[in-house]
Amino acid sequence: MISPKYFREIPQRYRLEAGKCKKCGTAYFPPRLVCPECKSKEFTKVNLSSEGKLLTYTIVRVGSDKFSQQSPFAVGIVELKDGVRLTTQLADVEFDKLKIGLKVKLVFRKIQDEGKSGLHCYGYKAILI
Amino acid sequence: MRDVAVIGVGMTKFGELWGKSLRDIFVEAALKAIENAGVDHIDSMYVGSMSSGLFVGQEHLGAVMADYLGMNPIPATRVESACASGGVAFRSAYFEVASGNSDIVLAGGAEKMTDGADVTEALATAADQEYEVYQGVTFPGLYAMIANAYMHQYKTKREQIAAVAVKNHKNGANNPNAQFRSEITLDQVLNSTLVADPLRLLDCSPVSDGGAAVILCSMDIAKKFKGTPIRIKATAQASDTISLHSRKSLTSLTAVSVAAAKAYKSAGLTPKDINFAEVHDCFTIAEIVVTEDLGFFARGKGGSAVEKGLTSLGGKIPINTSGGLKSKGHPVGATGIAQIIEVYEQLTEQAGKRQVKNAKIGLAQNMGGSGASCVINILEAL
Repeated sequence: MISPKYFREIPQRYRLEAGKCKKCGTAYFPPRLVCPECKSKEFTKVNLSSEGKLLTYTIVRVGSDKFSQQSPFAVGIVELKDGVRLTTQLADVEFDKLKIGLKVKLVFRKIQDEGKSGLHCYGYKAILI
Repeated sequence: MRDVAVIGVGMTKFGELWGKSLRDIFVEAALKAIENAGVDHIDSMYVGSMSSGLFVGQEHLGAVMADYLGMNPIPATRVESACASGGVAFRSAYFEVASGNSDIVLAGGAEKMTDGADVTEALATAADQEYEVYQGVTFPGLYAMIANAYMHQYKTKREQIAAVAVKNHKNGANNPNAQFRSEITLDQVLNSTLVADPLRLLDCSPVSDGGAAVILCSMDIAKKFKGTPIRIKATAQASDTISLHSRKSLTSLTAVSVAAAKAYKSAGLTPKDINFAEVHDCFTIAEIVVTEDLGFFARGKGGSAVEKGLTSLGGKIPINTSGGLKSKGHPVGATGIAQIIEVYEQLTEQAGKRQVKNAKIGLAQNMGGSGASCVINILEAL
């Protein structure tokens, strides 16, 4: 029963849909029901910019079983132009080229295979620009 | 609220306990604590456990442990706050006694991590499953990202971070309950296998089995029992965003500094009044950041403090005299209680070769996930 979970996260994973608080303007990814800053419950749907910069990163050498076939892989925290931050894999990079502050762009990629049926799960990964 | 004492402690050795089940481990620690305190009954009990469901397929731990401890029908409650489960179980027991609802309460914790589960995946459930772990990030990975951001911001030397592991193994070598009783060198840390850059195997706390338990009672009856009482001076807890990436700072842990400020205020103390502390060194970088958030050192100075020996036994403020999670072991749900046990042994001068001179006030800091929850308890010798 993995499909409903996957289905409802598609707006975020495929289209970077976030919620922007109507009262204080803070953008949240994923969208929230209440704004932690001002407690407002009203949001506007926005699509985030796919460009941003790398705040920190690591190279995961030992992944969980699910990611063991992909290890080693780079992961980082990216701040998008809207100020929203997220955790993402860093694709198509030479590990020794990575450094804090690099400009990156989110692209659509396969992330993992879930469950016994091996359902392909997609989402964003960052590449250097 | 009335004053509350800790009057007895007990723990299993931490390590790979192949011959013992989760319930064996908890009951062994609990029986030792009951015997050590010299109480003939307990009114209630709390069981800290992070993920018994994933590690051994067993939930409903309150009931399991009350049953196997032979304590039915007393109330028994499992407490979960990821790696802070033990510390929060202790805090829950404190409130039950302080409120006057019960006189004698057991706070324990246990984890059985070596029964074959995918430990990396189980531990990662303490992070944001949908927006961190979905991408493949692991716990070493999250703390490695803190380490990289920290080293970038403060120009901290890699050796200073590694020095935490060397110090904690030196302490753990003198702890009979520690998983690793071997000293290690800086070179060994810096040449161990990479787990998540820049963190290496010897920067990481191990996978462990273990249990720990303490007995709390109201101060007005504490001297009636065999165990030496110490006072619970303050308890405080705070929360932060579940995702590391949502925090304003990647080089400090707000839940730790907020909980610390509350604990110091409640105790009427400042960081300078703390004689020693057990802190949550799940990874070497965590100890450095936490000692800054606790106010022991200025921002960016935690690394040089370790290097200079300020946190060693005999230093300005000894940190993790037990060996910490790094050397003593980190059976997740038991960790917060084991920290209280080290503080108790120090304050009652039972720490042997690890003894801090003139130890009057000790602090235990236990946190969950990448710092999304933190509980701090301050204890005082009578």
